[in-house]
Amino acid sequence: MRWNKRMAGGDGRRLRVVARTFGRPILATLLLMSPGWVAICSSSISSNAQAPPAPAAPVARYTVVLDAAHGGDDTGGHSGAWLEKNLTLALSVRLRSLLAARGVTVVTTRENDSTVDRVRRDELANHANAQACISLHASLSGTGVHLFTSSLAPAQPARFEPWSTAQAPWMNRSLALAGVLNSALQHAGLTVTLGRTSLPVVDSMACPAVAVELSPEGGAASSADHSPIDSLNDADYQARVAEAVAAAIVEWRSQGAGAGQ
Amino acid sequence: MIPRHQTVLFVVLLAASIGMTVLLWRQLDRAHQRMLAGENTAPTQAPLVAPAEPATLMVASDTDGSLQPRVLSLPLPSLEANPAARARAILGRLLDLYAAADSSHPVSGGAASVEQVFLLPDPTNSSDPAKAHDKTAQNGPQLAVVNLSGTFAANHPSGIETETLTVLSICATLHANLPRVQSVRFLIDGRQQDTLAGHADLTRTYLTSQAVPAQEVIQ
Repeated sequence: MRWNKRMAGGDGRRLRVVARTFGRPILATLLLMSPGWVAICSSSISSNAQAPPAPAAPVARYTVVLDAAHGGDDTGGHSGAWLEKNLTLALSVRLRSLLAARGVTVVTTRENDSTVDRVRRDELANHANAQACISLHASLSGTGVHLFTSSLAPAQPARFEPWSTAQAPWMNRSLALAGVLNSALQHAGLTVTLGRTSLPVVDSMACPAVAVELSPEGGAASSADHSPIDSLNDADYQARVAEAVAAAIVEWRSQGAGAGQ
Repeated sequence: MIPRHQTVLFVVLLAASIGMTVLLWRQLDRAHQRMLAGENTAPTQAPLVAPAEPATLMVASDTDGSLQPRVLSLPLPSLEANPAARARAILGRLLDLYAAADSSHPVSGGAASVEQVFLLPDPTNSSDPAKAHDKTAQNGPQLAVVNLSGTFAANHPSGIETETLTVLSICATLHANLPRVQSVRFLIDGRQQDTLAGHADLTRTYLTSQAVPAQEVIQ
């Protein structure tokens, strides 16, 4: 109780970090109290503090996080009736089915048209201890499929990582995952553009993470009878992309990649 | 009976009135034509007060996700006298290219979208932050703060690639023309905004060294 009083009397400044306990990344929120007091609030940490830690079990599941970007009030890109949030959700559902059929455990950040804030998405991804995290986007600009990794510089892993740069220790694995995705998409006959960017959702993911952005297959200047929206809504195009991404994940698993930094 | 001389006088006066009416009408018409001609030949652009200089614009292309340098000759304020105005003029020309009908990276808004550019000492790139201000007065690194209009952000196409290209092309263009600019921050209507149009992070400081085109196209 005394501890709680001190906690309530703290200045409330919060520092969000990703902590790694026995190989499992967990979210921890440090409440910076009066000098000398640091309270670590996390259900995972609390449970570890009460019971002696079990030895790290081998990873039995192969987990992939699918983040369907936007949702709810956040429509993302839009043009008339076309909404980015609907396409990312459709792609996520399609990919989830394909990956589940291949024995991959899939964690999705949203299953319907609901608002999920950026921090919540990263919490879900980082709690999943995933071997790959795919953030799904769509755009009416550009051509083909764009693969983006974080622009953070690779960093050595530490026990506590700043929340906003949690991706840094995973950068080498993320670049390798982007390479595997690139090969699979090329093999499917798709135009691929690789790039690096500062995307807050990806920057805070503690797993190999790539943002996949679907653009019109023929580019923004498509023909009159096949507009960019038609191209993005083309079920065959979506299916080819989803199949290629699923194949890349299977290849990534066969390489035994993603488990470490 | 009207005397003859009065009849003659009346006819002469009537003829003079008609003649003067016609003359006045034609004079008015000529004056109107001269006025229209004067409007047509009036200058429609402000005279150039600065000599044209070459400026390198890093122009984005949505087709292949690349930045390509394009050298244009532009009337620019002096680099020594007013570098911020120079930066604004260059960025305005870059956004004019994006607003053109045949743009490779279509974004509406044009030059009016660049509301201000501020050049500040960059303490993060200085070995001694306490002396950053003094160094800036000489040859120290600079932080550019680019204030874009809310209309520009609201009308910017949404997407990771297109937003990233806009941000990187601005950073690379600034660095190409003002080499002391080593980092860039963005404001929208004078305030910090999370993203440009839902994707590209505007809360961070961009290093111009990272704005070098990193994309590569396969197939």
